[in-house]
Amino acid sequence: MERAAPSPGLLQPGQREIELDVRTQDVEINMGPQHPSTHGVLRVLIRADGEIVTAAQSHLGYLHRCAEKIGENVDWLQYLPYTDRYDYLAAMNNNLGYSLAVEKLLGIEVPPRGQYLRTLIVELNRIASHLIAFGTYGLDIGAFTPFFYAFRERELLLDIFEKICGARLTYSFIRPGGVFNDAPPGWLQHVEDFCRQFEKKWPEYWDLLVENKIFIERTANVGIIPRDLAIAWGCTGPMLRGSGVDWDLRRDQPYLVYDRLEFKVITGVGYRGTVGDCFDRNYVRMLEMVESLKMVRQCLDQMPEGEVSHPDVGLIIRPAPGEAYVGIENPRGELGHYVVSDGSKIARRVRVRAPSFCNLSLVEHIMPGTMLADAVAIIGATDIVIGETDR
Amino acid sequence: MTDAPWFRPAVTILAAFGAMMSLAAGMTLVERKVSAFIQERHGPNRVGPFGLLQPLADLIKFVFKEELAPDRANPLLFLLAPALACLPAMATFAALPFGFLDGKPMVVANLDVGVLYVLAVGSLGVYGIILGGWASNNKYSLLGGLRASAQMVSYEISLVLSLVSVIAVSGSLNLSEIVLAQDQRWNVLVQPVAALVFLVTMFAETNRHPFDFAECEPELVGGFHTEYSGMRFALFFLGEYIAMVVMSGFMAVLFFGGCDVPFLAIAATPWWAGALAMVVKMGFFLLLYVWVRWTLPRFRYDQLMYLGWRVLLPLSLANLAVTGVVLALDRQGAAQ
Amino acid sequence: MYFHYANILVFLLAGMGFVFLNMVLGSLVRPQRKTAEGLEAYECGETAIGEGWFRFDIRYYTVALVYIVFAVEIAFLFPWARVLKQAYAEEGLGAAALVEGVMFVAILLLGLAYVWVKGDLNWVKTYQLEREQRLAAQRRQAGVKEAA
Repeated sequence: MERAAPSPGLLQPGQREIELDVRTQDVEINMGPQHPSTHGVLRVLIRADGEIVTAAQSHLGYLHRCAEKIGENVDWLQYLPYTDRYDYLAAMNNNLGYSLAVEKLLGIEVPPRGQYLRTLIVELNRIASHLIAFGTYGLDIGAFTPFFYAFRERELLLDIFEKICGARLTYSFIRPGGVFNDAPPGWLQHVEDFCRQFEKKWPEYWDLLVENKIFIERTANVGIIPRDLAIAWGCTGPMLRGSGVDWDLRRDQPYLVYDRLEFKVITGVGYRGTVGDCFDRNYVRMLEMVESLKMVRQCLDQMPEGEVSHPDVGLIIRPAPGEAYVGIENPRGELGHYVVSDGSKIARRVRVRAPSFCNLSLVEHIMPGTMLADAVAIIGATDIVIGETDR
Repeated sequence: MTDAPWFRPAVTILAAFGAMMSLAAGMTLVERKVSAFIQERHGPNRVGPFGLLQPLADLIKFVFKEELAPDRANPLLFLLAPALACLPAMATFAALPFGFLDGKPMVVANLDVGVLYVLAVGSLGVYGIILGGWASNNKYSLLGGLRASAQMVSYEISLVLSLVSVIAVSGSLNLSEIVLAQDQRWNVLVQPVAALVFLVTMFAETNRHPFDFAECEPELVGGFHTEYSGMRFALFFLGEYIAMVVMSGFMAVLFFGGCDVPFLAIAATPWWAGALAMVVKMGFFLLLYVWVRWTLPRFRYDQLMYLGWRVLLPLSLANLAVTGVVLALDRQGAAQ
Repeated sequence: MYFHYANILVFLLAGMGFVFLNMVLGSLVRPQRKTAEGLEAYECGETAIGEGWFRFDIRYYTVALVYIVFAVEIAFLFPWARVLKQAYAEEGLGAAALVEGVMFVAILLLGLAYVWVKGDLNWVKTYQLEREQRLAAQRRQAGVKEAA
């Protein structure tokens, strides 16, 4: 039978970074777009020698929807639903990032109750997002059940979101000027109930997956991102903090009411391996859920009465000409919105700095030298949302 | 007619085949029901009462599914592989004794070298997987097949060594006699280390979680059966479940007294009670399979090899040496 | 004795019949809609790069070799284990059986130790740590300033 010659390679030809003691034929394997563990339609082209990855390259764009270009063609407020769709697991955070940027252009301040409601719901959304990260990471490592438990708790959160804004995934709840509406009667009590429930469940997750011997074997000392590398590649969020860098926009560039809340910034400590390994990234996410819960509790305690929206912001927004950049701490890292206004009702430019995109760029750099199974563990620990990398 | 010499073997074969098929089919349902229970879901509950007819519905679905084979696959081996994966597992079932009737074991074939037969035929199952993986002409399949074969041969050594200790204790290679030798005391009490090694290796030998590197969907999509669909896939599936049933059966026979009911002499046990005891013990280990699968994460491939060669193999070798010495001391103690 | 193997043959024939029946039954009723896309090898929705038959990792071969050595040697242990109790029961044979058996196991252990030390049991190392250290050294050389 005629054998096809090894393909000339979609990867850059060049020296192999990894030299094994015995070298066999390199094989190029597509991991994705239709693959169980690339979290959507990411495609990673892997060159492997046996089980060892010798080179990797990620290909993006399978979910590209021109979000930024659309931003230049619709009203300021009409763009809000599009923000829901880039990181669909943390849509509240996306709404917030865009709204803060527009508010900065407008130069307005949201009433205190609106600020607290925003903080509260953004932190709840962070818990929901980290729950998915935890569950799917278990799935990547081969543990199926934590996924279902994570979804069970997330369901409670989605119910809470549904009660306040009617939507379960794409909320458009936080908008320029404040929030869509005030909390319905009994809603705050509902949140409190959730806090009590979640508090009991969280230790179960910790014991079930994080402290599992096999899980530790699979993730500790795997996919290590040293501190300087994480900074050099512009990682943010748990990716950065997992490498031991103490940087959190909520504390270091406070927005909303974060300066009035008490919380710890979790950093990776090499709990079971080296600082910056996959375990640490997951560890940061796990503990951040607890911190978020604390913040939710504080918001509930401090919740003031009053208006939730600025009265001057209507449906048609015409900011004065100028530009604004606001970065917020999204569950995946720094979500930045850079907006430029020329004074009309349509934005001149809406630029999004997507945390998943920047975090993902590092992945292909740390993959060579690991095993195929580690490649999956690394992608999983990056916790990407393809909607956001591709926008 | 019941006195005819062919009568008892014929009934046994029929009963064994029926038991094997119903256990394997039942396991597919149990797997889904138990996983649903663990994950707080309902599981299949639409087909028949409590979803009991689900395996039948699955069978119908498999029959009506289109079977695709990649055009660059090796057609003969591609077709042959599912049968090769399924048949050795079936053949080993024939050596499983389910009890004693009229003093004779209820088994399709009461072989003097039963243990050897099981090991020899059982290890043929790897051909189905590696051929299926190779014939597909798919990278995932090939990697899955290779992983499975390397894993199965690695763990087979520890498996065999743990069995040698059992044989030394029982003094027989005949599975029925091994059961009889455990009338007073189950082997698990005498050979706890061998039982432990066997327990781990039986997961690896059947390619079950946490050692299911043959399929390993987070990395290899479907592993060796990525390209298989319809009935051919169902045969791989069936082979895996029969292998599970057989391995659980051997765990029960070799270490947990087979058909022995605790505190009851085997000779005094009615045949149905013996068979029931056997099925209950098998059921326990089958449940363990399911329980482990839905609880633990999966190892990485080098960790699996590490465990097989550097932990289980020295452990079972040491266990064998200790067994030899203890047996000698025991004999001297009895003689004095 | 051979009668038992005949039983197994009948049992196996039943199994073969079952497998054959299922395959034939399916071919009668199942749809046949072969398309060019359907006949491609699956590679995550992309066109497969090259062939699925590639030269694979040499380490599988090492494992197979080590396995054969051990499997053949272990086969000799079966007769020993079978008669061990009888040997102990008989006068004079017990000590010899024990010494021989333990010696055999010791040789096996020695073989394992040899393979272990030679590194043939290392499946594959994760090379990432080494690589990271090398790259970190390179970065330092290139004068990339370590950020705070």
